[in-house]
Amino acid sequence: MTIASSRGTASARPLRVLAAMSGGVDSAVAAARAAEAGHEVTGVHLALSANPKSFRTGARGCCTVEDSHDARRAADVIGIPFYVWDLAERFREDVVEDFVAEYEAGRTPNPCLRCNEKIKFAALLDKALALGFDAVCTGHYATVVTHEDGRRELHRASDAAKDQSYVLGVLDERQLAHALFPLGDTLTTKDEIRAEAERRGLAVAKKPDSHDICFIADGDTQGFLASRLGTAEGDIVDESGAKLGTHEGAYGFTIGQRKGLRLGHPAPDGKPRYVLDISPVDNSVTVGPAASLDIAELTAVRPRWCGEPPADGPRAYTAQLRAHGAETPVEAEFVDGELRVRFSSPERGVAPGQAIVLYDGTRVVGSATIERTRRAVPTA
Amino acid sequence: MADTVHPAYLDHAATTPMWPEAARTMTEQLTVVGNASSLHGAGRRARRTVEESRESVAASLGARPSEVVFTAGGTEADNLAVKGLYWARRGEDARRTRVLASPAEHHAVLDAVEWLAEHEGARLEWLPVDSYGRVRPQALREAIERDPSDVALATVMWANNEIGTVTDVRALAEVAAEFEVPLHSDAVQAFGQLDVSFAASGLAAMAVTGHKIGGPYGVGALLLRREYAPVPLLHGGGQERQVRSGTLDTPAVAAFATAARLAVERREAFVDEVGALREALVAGVRDAVPDAVLNGDPDPGGRLPANAHFSFPGCEGDSLLLLLDAQGIECSTGSACTAGVAQPSHVLLATGTDPESARGTLRFSLGHTSTKADVEALAEAIGPVVDRARSAGLS
Repeated sequence: MTIASSRGTASARPLRVLAAMSGGVDSAVAAARAAEAGHEVTGVHLALSANPKSFRTGARGCCTVEDSHDARRAADVIGIPFYVWDLAERFREDVVEDFVAEYEAGRTPNPCLRCNEKIKFAALLDKALALGFDAVCTGHYATVVTHEDGRRELHRASDAAKDQSYVLGVLDERQLAHALFPLGDTLTTKDEIRAEAERRGLAVAKKPDSHDICFIADGDTQGFLASRLGTAEGDIVDESGAKLGTHEGAYGFTIGQRKGLRLGHPAPDGKPRYVLDISPVDNSVTVGPAASLDIAELTAVRPRWCGEPPADGPRAYTAQLRAHGAETPVEAEFVDGELRVRFSSPERGVAPGQAIVLYDGTRVVGSATIERTRRAVPTA
Repeated sequence: MADTVHPAYLDHAATTPMWPEAARTMTEQLTVVGNASSLHGAGRRARRTVEESRESVAASLGARPSEVVFTAGGTEADNLAVKGLYWARRGEDARRTRVLASPAEHHAVLDAVEWLAEHEGARLEWLPVDSYGRVRPQALREAIERDPSDVALATVMWANNEIGTVTDVRALAEVAAEFEVPLHSDAVQAFGQLDVSFAASGLAAMAVTGHKIGGPYGVGALLLRREYAPVPLLHGGGQERQVRSGTLDTPAVAAFATAARLAVERREAFVDEVGALREALVAGVRDAVPDAVLNGDPDPGGRLPANAHFSFPGCEGDSLLLLLDAQGIECSTGSACTAGVAQPSHVLLATGTDPESARGTLRFSLGHTSTKADVEALAEAIGPVVDRARSAGLS
């Protein structure tokens, strides 16, 4: 079987490529590589905030006028046309409001997956295709493998340390067919990407990496949620239901969280207590010992397959539960529209709303949104 | 792709190539030393160049030399007129805080009056405009008559930069003069295309700029009647009637004067030529896209001869722009950008157009280097481009 990578250099035919350029170093180098590979590249910066700030604050990088300027300068240097597209309304509806609603419902969403699924490889891709482009190019570290029969597969990046396939686990085969990840199959460290940017004359070479959530300007997620959802005092209880303290809004907690509980007195056994459960119905937060965080099974919904759905029956995979989380062996089965997953050994700190991404070796099988979990040890 | 095709430049309203004669004037002056404020020989030579340029610009615009205040362009001239006259008039009489403005103004005026409202206690009143974006004299009269004693100034552009509608500023100035209210007009787009005479207009102040008439960037003028002394935006050496401090850019001023002279000398021939090209452009677009809507006053007497502004229903302006750019056809959506994002045209919104239609617009503007080939390239490209942009829809 011959396998061709989707990396620009391996493509026979030059494509009309729309390069999403955040203003950061990765997407700039990705656009430059695509252009160098002979593709006809047009840069586009997505304006995702209705009221962009003039300058970056802190180590974030995509939603300010300064970031848009950085992206434009990179496009100038690469020598490609550049435009800014206003997707702020779509982003607000599909990503920001969903994020708030998920927290309000006591879940822990990952807005980056959501953005890839709904914005970059939906709103943006659809517009690009309609305008006559063949593919959308991003600076993600992941690999698309194209088989001789045309089937596409999503794989981890060659460099596992930088792999970002987790946040792309929502892309279906049609989306993958129009995705170009020029950084995915190179064993280059971030320093080497920066050196490459420097060599290409891209001023973003030294720009700090962006992290946190791009639409929360100061990185204060709790403050953002409080401003959107208000405060609502509720109880912090132990596993027996006994009240241990109060909080100002259940959305302010994440399962597995230890800090910031502000419980006056220690647990009877003297061990730290963790958030075990968030119940938006009665606005209560349940805390307990670390052992109670151990999850044996979970059920996930809204599956997205990066290619063919898995065959019937339980099968062995590995799973990743957060953006930079470790891989863990699981047995998973897709039944009645739900993904049922059993961990080989208990997994800690699994929150509804998180995405579980299944892997078969380096291949991304797909993802689903965690709906409910079952503990390894029965509640005391 | 765009680099391999000879571009059809259809964005002369954004900026137009310099006349070779103006470029020559400028390059000749660039290496001549002398600060026009200095008293020695070099200074006197620079001063002479500046004053001769002032006399020339005044002659080109039907003004007195002392009415020409050189600025760094149209935006500065508009800001100086609007803010400076507001401060001066309010300074004379604290009741004068009412500012009357057309909602179809260029942002150089629009944002200046809004700033006055936000920071300087101005009470901003938008003058009603008709469906072509034109302020009628009666509308100005009614606005002033509500209380003539509290009006600081009125400002109405001569010709609209987006849709090309020409306003009868002389009739408006007559109304303003009756009540002794100063009327400012942004004539940046009008100059070079229309018969612009400051004296005949009756305006108190008028803004023009170099790079729209075949002169250099970064130089313009505020034409200012001598009885008005706006409060300066820039304080310093007291140049330009104490109204606009800063060492004069002698080469730019000289080249601006050359361009102004040529713009006036060649205007009638230019209007005939671009008028015919515009007709061909409009016909070409309409043939290819029958449902394209031509905006602004359709009467040739009521509009800029070099401007054609269309709405393309169901299209996003920036999609159209991208697709035309890819084929080497350079034009504008016509409206301002915020952080590079095209906004619905405030001019069309002011004329009562619905926000969706105000997004899918393109402005084609012709200039002294425009050719039949430019127009034909557009006519050939626009049909498929609109089809494609329509399939991409409104995001």
